[in-house]
Amino acid sequence: MKIGFYPGCSLTGSSREYNESVVALAKALDIELVEIKDWNCCGATAAHVMNEELSLSLPARIMAMAEEQGLTEVVVPCAACYNRLKVTQHELEDENKRTRVIEILKLPYRGDLKIINVLQMLEAYGAENIKTRVTRPFAHKVACYYGCLLVRPHSILKFDRVEDPQSMDTLIKGIGGTTLDWAFKTECCGAGFSVSRTDLVAKLSGNILKDAADRSAEAVIVACPLCQSNLDMRRGAINKTLKNPIDIPVIYITQAIGLALGIGAKELGLKRHFVTVEL
Amino acid sequence: MRCYQCGKCTAGCVLASDMNYPPSYLMRLLQTGTRQNMDKVLASNSIWLCLNCENCLGRCPMEIDIPKMMDYLRTQAIKENKLHPDSKPIIAFHRSFLDSVRNTGRLYEIGLVLSYKFRTFNFLQDLAIAPSMYLKGKLHLLPEKIKDRRSMKRIFAQTIENAKTVNK
Repeated sequence: MKIGFYPGCSLTGSSREYNESVVALAKALDIELVEIKDWNCCGATAAHVMNEELSLSLPARIMAMAEEQGLTEVVVPCAACYNRLKVTQHELEDENKRTRVIEILKLPYRGDLKIINVLQMLEAYGAENIKTRVTRPFAHKVACYYGCLLVRPHSILKFDRVEDPQSMDTLIKGIGGTTLDWAFKTECCGAGFSVSRTDLVAKLSGNILKDAADRSAEAVIVACPLCQSNLDMRRGAINKTLKNPIDIPVIYITQAIGLALGIGAKELGLKRHFVTVEL
Repeated sequence: MRCYQCGKCTAGCVLASDMNYPPSYLMRLLQTGTRQNMDKVLASNSIWLCLNCENCLGRCPMEIDIPKMMDYLRTQAIKENKLHPDSKPIIAFHRSFLDSVRNTGRLYEIGLVLSYKFRTFNFLQDLAIAPSMYLKGKLHLLPEKIKDRRSMKRIFAQTIENAKTVNK
């Protein structure tokens, strides 16, 4: 099984453990990831907030490059990149916008690339292999945290249930884990305010962690590098806002499944987290 | 505007309590159609604190695209130079982020943070977590550059640096 791969900037920098675990897990599941050549940043929230044409042109170049490379399906592990690529594809169905963007890029763009997130990749190409290859059941009670960008806007992404998504829960149950019914599955962690308004991120991420901790989660499972870095790297700032400091780790779904398949903690990047992972 | 003030957007907005006007209140101000109320909206921190998490849109019974409206209002606020002080660090962050993309094609995190510090004069921020990030291998000292950087220059020149497009 071969599939296109757009890592995005976070996965090459502050969230490289997400990249490491995606790559290690894909290998274990016989999925060959083909990286898009000379890919650029999707522009994230910054482009989206500052200039509409820029916010469409940056993801469009990525997709045009993938099309040129002959890829038909691309997995995008970062929820923010996934969201920007999907929304751009939707916006560029408008002929005027598409014509304008093609004129800016000077590249052909068809718009028929299939963009999927990491949960969809695991559901579609990994489910059977995961089931048969579990060597170390993930016997933990965890809170699956989806955040905003994986599920909203539902009218465009058409992924899972918007208020109470289940895909990550199903994957965790498949490796022997127990998932919590909790209140903050799709609440915002503060996302792009990590640097500009750390105080607000500490408050929002604190609310999320507190609910997970109150329901005795052993870990929070995520599929977004922004959620992970806010809940993990900002733990110092978060704990300052809470009465009782919280020490539950925040790991990627790919790391949880990797552990169940017997992949080593180091290979999965589990040593790179700020909050120590002992699962 | 089709809003009938049910308040679901405000109930679901994670930052409503930090805003000068929560989303449903902002919708009501806009519905009045007066210049005075429009000015209140543009000069408020609400439009800058909106995280575009899209919870309001997901729950609005009238499917009003409030996040898209926020994008428009931010553009207007910059055009009319009616900027709430809360907008400053947020705009500074976005500008620093885009500078990195323009120059390298990707996000260079150290460059972003340094440029942000110079824009905001907040030099002490995040000094505490940077060494741990480095030790855990989360920081590249040098930027990763794409090969076709000319395409970035062209995209920026024709969009955000082009006076004819809607700019901020």
